[in-house]
Amino acid sequence: MDLSILISMKFEMALTLIIFIFLFLKIDGRAGNQLVIGITNLLLLLTFGLYFLPAQNGQFFSGMFRSSPLLQFEKLVLLLATFIISLSSFQWLKKNNHVAEFYMLIFSSLLGMFFMMSSDNLLMFYLGLELSSIPVAALCNFDLDKKISSEAAMKMILSSAFSSAILLFGVSLIYGTTGSLDYYVISKAIVGTPLQIMAFILIFSGFAFKLSVVPFHLWTADVYEGSPIAVTAFLSVVSKGAMAFVFITTLYWVFGNLGATWYYMLAILAVITMITGNLFALRQNNMKRFFAFSSIAQVGYLLIGISGFVKASLSIGSVVYFILIYVFSNLAAFGVISVISALTGKETIDDYKGLYKSNPTLALLMALALFSLAGIPPTAGFFGKLFLLTAGSSTGAWPLIIIASLNLMISLYYYLRIVRAMFIDESSEPMAKLSLSANEVIAFVLCAGGILSIGFMKGLFEMIFSISGGL
Amino acid sequence: MNLSLLIIVPVFVSLAILLCRDAKQVRVVALLGAAVQLGLALALFFAYRAEREAGNTAQMLFMYKTPWFAPLHINYSVGVDGISVAMIMLTASVVLAGVLVSWSVDTLTKEFFFLLLLLSSGAYGFFISLDLFTLFFFLELAVIPKYLLIGIWGSGNKEYSATKLALMLMGGSALVFVGILGIYFEAGTFDIIELSQNQLSVATQHFFFPFLFIGFGIFGALFPFHTWVPDGHSSAPTAASMFLAGISMKLGGYGCLRVATYLMPQAAHEYQGIIILLAAIAILYGSFATMMQTDLKYINAYSSVSHCGFVLLGIGMLTKTAITGAVMQMVSHGLMTALFFAAIGMLYNRTHTRAVEKMGGLLKITPFIGTVFFIAGLCSLGLPGFSGFAAEMTVFMGSWQNNDMWYRLATIAACASIVVTAVYILRALGKVMMGPLLDEHHADITDAGWNEKLAAIILIAGVVLVGVAPLLLQHLISPAADSIMHNIAKAGF
Repeated sequence: MDLSILISMKFEMALTLIIFIFLFLKIDGRAGNQLVIGITNLLLLLTFGLYFLPAQNGQFFSGMFRSSPLLQFEKLVLLLATFIISLSSFQWLKKNNHVAEFYMLIFSSLLGMFFMMSSDNLLMFYLGLELSSIPVAALCNFDLDKKISSEAAMKMILSSAFSSAILLFGVSLIYGTTGSLDYYVISKAIVGTPLQIMAFILIFSGFAFKLSVVPFHLWTADVYEGSPIAVTAFLSVVSKGAMAFVFITTLYWVFGNLGATWYYMLAILAVITMITGNLFALRQNNMKRFFAFSSIAQVGYLLIGISGFVKASLSIGSVVYFILIYVFSNLAAFGVISVISALTGKETIDDYKGLYKSNPTLALLMALALFSLAGIPPTAGFFGKLFLLTAGSSTGAWPLIIIASLNLMISLYYYLRIVRAMFIDESSEPMAKLSLSANEVIAFVLCAGGILSIGFMKGLFEMIFSISGGL
Repeated sequence: MNLSLLIIVPVFVSLAILLCRDAKQVRVVALLGAAVQLGLALALFFAYRAEREAGNTAQMLFMYKTPWFAPLHINYSVGVDGISVAMIMLTASVVLAGVLVSWSVDTLTKEFFFLLLLLSSGAYGFFISLDLFTLFFFLELAVIPKYLLIGIWGSGNKEYSATKLALMLMGGSALVFVGILGIYFEAGTFDIIELSQNQLSVATQHFFFPFLFIGFGIFGALFPFHTWVPDGHSSAPTAASMFLAGISMKLGGYGCLRVATYLMPQAAHEYQGIIILLAAIAILYGSFATMMQTDLKYINAYSSVSHCGFVLLGIGMLTKTAITGAVMQMVSHGLMTALFFAAIGMLYNRTHTRAVEKMGGLLKITPFIGTVFFIAGLCSLGLPGFSGFAAEMTVFMGSWQNNDMWYRLATIAACASIVVTAVYILRALGKVMMGPLLDEHHADITDAGWNEKLAAIILIAGVVLVGVAPLLLQHLISPAADSIMHNIAKAGF
């Protein structure tokens, strides 16, 4: 067997290896929590190095696996996100009795995402999807003593099974009309017959569920609120990022012939998603629910970027760029929430009043994250959002762009609510000064550095842009 | 001369402020930083004049361009013409004066000066940008510092005002962004120079001009989008009010001129009537609304709406003299209103009230502040010898050159507003400064300190210089106005 295939699957191999290491650590049972967390972070750091191992591009195993520079980069982004989550939820993990299981589940899910992204075959795609979503449902239940956590897990597994079923129905119809599961064959055979469009809509709905596009978003807020924060962060950043990557590949390549159909679907859903996410976020008081709706709104912007099919490489490039930025901004916010929740148990916006006086570093990082999410310069979010809109405008869909721009104003209002609580409002019972461990400090420095510098690293953008030519 | 210094210096100074240990160091570093900025602005002015006298007739001087996001044709591109130089000098003076009057800020001093200097770097960046994307970047950069300055250090209904200001300005920049994307969609470039050489299609101009003009207009208090101005100005701390009225509103006027009118001359001509109508309403409405105010800051804020109406009126008239006058009015109003806010701030710090009816006879007790107050007021009502007269006169003359009857009627209405201005200014001055002392607590307040005196002197020097030697400013601006007029003429008007 050719060894180069294994090198192309380097990230997948590494993750499998890590999962096995955890299995042995668990069976052995002597390693303490801190050691397990330390080992994980070290292993993840080593895995980043694999990115620089030159991989062979192309299809392997008759279309079951594909490798391209873009895919390698996307996987690196997801790994980086997982690394930051692992670092910033240190305080919570430290006290947990099942750290090894936590990591095993996280990495299994990540492995599923990688296979899903790399597949060139609907069957393999479906396998990856299931591998990525079932462990997450178990993860949602990780706060074993909290009832709300079990509820979240139940909602997650039911909605995820439901959406998978819809998607699978679509896949079966596709197989019925084209006689193949291979992306290449399908993309040629799709001509827009009613049955094919029906199948496409079913598959699209499946994706919309996972991306929590309105009106398929109803599970999001409850699951986000009930799950442990590390899992919420994983769901909102890593799992959504992976879905977005696959979504854009599927639309542009497999269903490229149906561009006229999905363009309007995307445009309409983008508007509904943005507006709903923004309006619901206005009135939330729980931080996790707040970020659930804010992330729904962000997906709306993402859809606008995806809809700009006239300049495909601009669209893909700006989506990947946006998700890279989204990783840093959202994880910075979740990092702060996680630390505060683990140390004080406080999770509502009112608890954040006067945070700048008691914990200036946390407040500043949170503010940076919020500005980046709101798209305020000089943070990276500004560039991410504007490039999505630039990509979206390539079709000349001005009503869409105008609505999106005005939505930026609404979103600023609710992001400023938290800024106001932290910097302007006085608190009757201020938080104590929290002490951070080295893990969180590293995560926060990474996030802040990313938010502040990505917009000014012109080489990075050019690199993403040049690799987004080839899906 | 390297224009990027204008952005880099404030950013580095604000970072240096973060490293300071105590409030005293912070003040000194901020003052030094602001002084260096003024030095740079003056150096730029003289370098610019030297170049022009040496016969350099290029439209933009000291240009520098480097790719930022090459695949999207976004460049970091800077350069100045006379209008930018005038605005930069204005910014530098107001920032220095702002730092000086904020000497006594003692809550979160470090953060205050950090935000103030960050704001100034945004303004400089905006005035020197020759790339629409860079320009937009700097336009939005300034929104959040303003929000925080008002929210944290403001007074009165500060949270409401800060939120209103941030949202309205964000809405304005959202509209601007749509307009910029519209230009990019057709021309495929963000470069202002390149765009000015090739006319955009009439359809594009028609559709996107309102976005750009209203978007920038929100920053420049275009009626009926001026409502953030009174609330924002009156809740802001003194230095922020000075910055808001003195510089921030000028971003709007500058944008309307440099982006909307310059790049879309045909549409500007089409929409001329509406612009002039709105400007005339703003001028009249602003001055009448001021009559009803009893809070000194509200008086100055509403009069700013009226004064900024002259800027838009001048731009709307599309004659060379009117455009020159509009830019002069921007400079004049910037200096004058900053001076006024500084004087109000000085009074407020001592009397803890801004209500006109609660003060009286203060000239005897605080002669320096009183004098500053009078100078600012007289400049505001357009007394010859101060900048207000020179600027408004130029706008009127330029407006009259447009011989459409309705536009001349608007000009007459705008002229008439000066009478109303005189009423409210003289009434406020008289009540606060003259007459018997109303409140015996005010008998032992102190006059201006060295920092306040210095701040006032810097601004007064500017006001008087523009008033006595308006040609200095006119010669700076008119070649730049020429190139804008050239573009309008090329469009066939």
